[in-house]
Amino acid sequence: MSDPSTVREELRRRIADFLAAHDPATTERSAFLRARYDAGLAWVFFPEGHGGLGLPRALQPEVDRLFESAGAPDNNREVNGIGLGMAAPTILAFGTEEQKRRFLRPLWTGEEVWCQLFSEPGAGSDLAAVATRAVRQGETWVVNGQKVWTSVAHNARFAILVARTNPDVPKHAGLTYFLCDMTDPGVDVRPLRQITGEAEFNEVFLTDVRIPDTHRLGAEGEGWKVATATLNNERVAIGDAAAPREGGMVGVVARTWREHPERRTAELHDRLLRLWVDAEVARLTGQRLRQKLALGQPGPAGSTMKLTFARLNQQLSGLELELLGEDGLRYSDWTMVRPERVDFTGRDAGYRYLRAKGNSIEGGTSEILRTIVAERVLGLPAEPRVDKDIPWKELQK
Amino acid sequence: MSEVNLLSTDVEDDLRSAVRDLLTDRCDPTAVTAVYDGDRSVVGGLWGALATELGLAGLLVSEERGGAGASAREAAVVLEELGRAVAPVPFLTSAVIATTVLLGSDSELLRALASGERTAALAVPLSTAPGSALPLVRADADGRLTGTVTSVAGALEAHVLLVPASTGDGVSVYAVPATEAALTPVVSLDMTRQLTDVRFDGATGQPVLADAEPAVQRALAAGAALLASEQVGVAQWCLDTTITYLKERRQFGRIVGGFQALKHRLADLFTDVEQASVAARYAAATLAAGDPDAEIAAAVAQAYCSDVAVRAAEEALQLHGGIGMTWEHPVHLYLKRAKADQIALGTAGGHRARLAGLVDLPPPGSAPANRQGDRS
Repeated sequence: MSDPSTVREELRRRIADFLAAHDPATTERSAFLRARYDAGLAWVFFPEGHGGLGLPRALQPEVDRLFESAGAPDNNREVNGIGLGMAAPTILAFGTEEQKRRFLRPLWTGEEVWCQLFSEPGAGSDLAAVATRAVRQGETWVVNGQKVWTSVAHNARFAILVARTNPDVPKHAGLTYFLCDMTDPGVDVRPLRQITGEAEFNEVFLTDVRIPDTHRLGAEGEGWKVATATLNNERVAIGDAAAPREGGMVGVVARTWREHPERRTAELHDRLLRLWVDAEVARLTGQRLRQKLALGQPGPAGSTMKLTFARLNQQLSGLELELLGEDGLRYSDWTMVRPERVDFTGRDAGYRYLRAKGNSIEGGTSEILRTIVAERVLGLPAEPRVDKDIPWKELQK
Repeated sequence: MSEVNLLSTDVEDDLRSAVRDLLTDRCDPTAVTAVYDGDRSVVGGLWGALATELGLAGLLVSEERGGAGASAREAAVVLEELGRAVAPVPFLTSAVIATTVLLGSDSELLRALASGERTAALAVPLSTAPGSALPLVRADADGRLTGTVTSVAGALEAHVLLVPASTGDGVSVYAVPATEAALTPVVSLDMTRQLTDVRFDGATGQPVLADAEPAVQRALAAGAALLASEQVGVAQWCLDTTITYLKERRQFGRIVGGFQALKHRLADLFTDVEQASVAARYAAATLAAGDPDAEIAAAVAQAYCSDVAVRAAEEALQLHGGIGMTWEHPVHLYLKRAKADQIALGTAGGHRARLAGLVDLPPPGSAPANRQGDRS
């Protein structure tokens, strides 16, 4: 690689040239985003021709900053997190040239939002147990089954889908990964109301959904491998930018503390300071992880960060309710709504407390993550897998 | 806040290997355990080798004054390794704390400390937190010192005691030859850093620093910031050793480390130790750089790492089962060090209380801070 500072200079010049040619103030939103993609300035760590320049990932935050400060339109990042963070890297890694060309550009521009059809009522932590069936009919797959905990499904144009294509082999071996068109008439998205009162997630019923074989990602029977790559992206999705001190939940609670001197007690003070320290150390751990990733040395800390994040969000939001005292007994609104985006630190303290309960379940439960850390990082013996060699159809369900 | 490098440099990695190799050769756990029975024969040779062969005594001293001109980052690496070996050497007390006291003085003693020719200790109780009041010995007009300081760390190994004393005209630091003081070794919880009660009955001291309160506080602050790295070393050893043991130990026909109850405990401990290492590194890096965030970083590191080291040692003992309770197995050396370190240079609770003031999280009953945007 050439000298990093030269690369950075060259990149800055490209961005300046692009902005000169496409004034964000006068260029139509979609046209701007498509042009940015075509110029390789979307995700610069993607290859040329697919929205990138093949540069180190560490350069991306600065790119985003430069576009943002120039008043460039954003690419619907908050709604399309699953598309950008999970679908895109998986399509890049396993997709055909044709698939990359068809899907990546509208995904990045936010014109096509993506969701994830992985979890099922009978396949949560044990994702390889999915029962949704895909049966081949010529050049088409016919899919039947039920998916659950599907964020943004009601806004999504496409989904990444794992389905069982061969029930006669052990569970991991009979899966295939598809790109599913959510406008297919067989796709029925129903809101799934949660403990917060909202329906941030959905249940998705798939009835004779037809997926062309050209929308299969990876080989038939390789779905587990592809899905694992997707989930690894989920677990290291820690954001590219350095987090500020008192970012996230700790900042919310610290503000409440400062605004309510009359509610302070010694016991709450001690708990707050302990959690403040934990949150600060977690922030620094994220910073070190980013520094390692920038040097191309992913560290084991990535797998532990989500454990800490979940615990801190839960403890901090619980503390905030106690700190609020009588006000902590009130809740803003139980009305069932379908929010456009998820904000863990949004709404009121009661919502934050309830929503945080999901943090140790979504994207890998804390229990599964501990097992992963113990086995893959510490090298301890694997859990017994009694269903490993038994054909899927013979498993007790 | 500027982006501080939290990774280790090649130079730091080389230093780490050199220290670790030397400790592997000369800091045998059996010899370390022997200090509890009064056999301190391991101490002199080991400290001599570290101080002079590796030149660690002068790590924080500039080259012009006979040192290595390194920084707190390198001292942190050394302390991690010393913690990992519970090495019974006065690096923290002499090469970090006493040396930092003298950095702002023109005393020739600094050169002697840097070369390893002499070793010094600051005469304050090991439990003294940065920012707290110093227990003062009295100095008369002729520089004769009177008073008692209890629980001083590093005094047994020291040729010279650095004594903060009240002169009637503020605080000065006097250098007193150890032979001039009455030293009573204390049977200590952690005999690998054995304490001493020190009494001065008109001992003659050489004044080395006037208006010395800030210098002493700076030294204690540096000691606390870097103690976090020693605690990380202790915790790391406990974690590594426990994992290794649980991969070998069999019960119920299985490798014990395969039981999920133990796997999850180790995963949690690993998380804590990883995070502790970052907290300690950030404290060392900001101290080295003179970063304005150094004080917060040190308080965070102490508040976090003190407890993680204790937890790691307690978990190590429990997860070793019966063998962990024996004198023969070294885990008790780490538990005793970890617990003593938790109290040394301020408790975790004390550091949290200090932090409350630094980051504007005032305790109940305090006057509202006069901050912009404050509603009250």
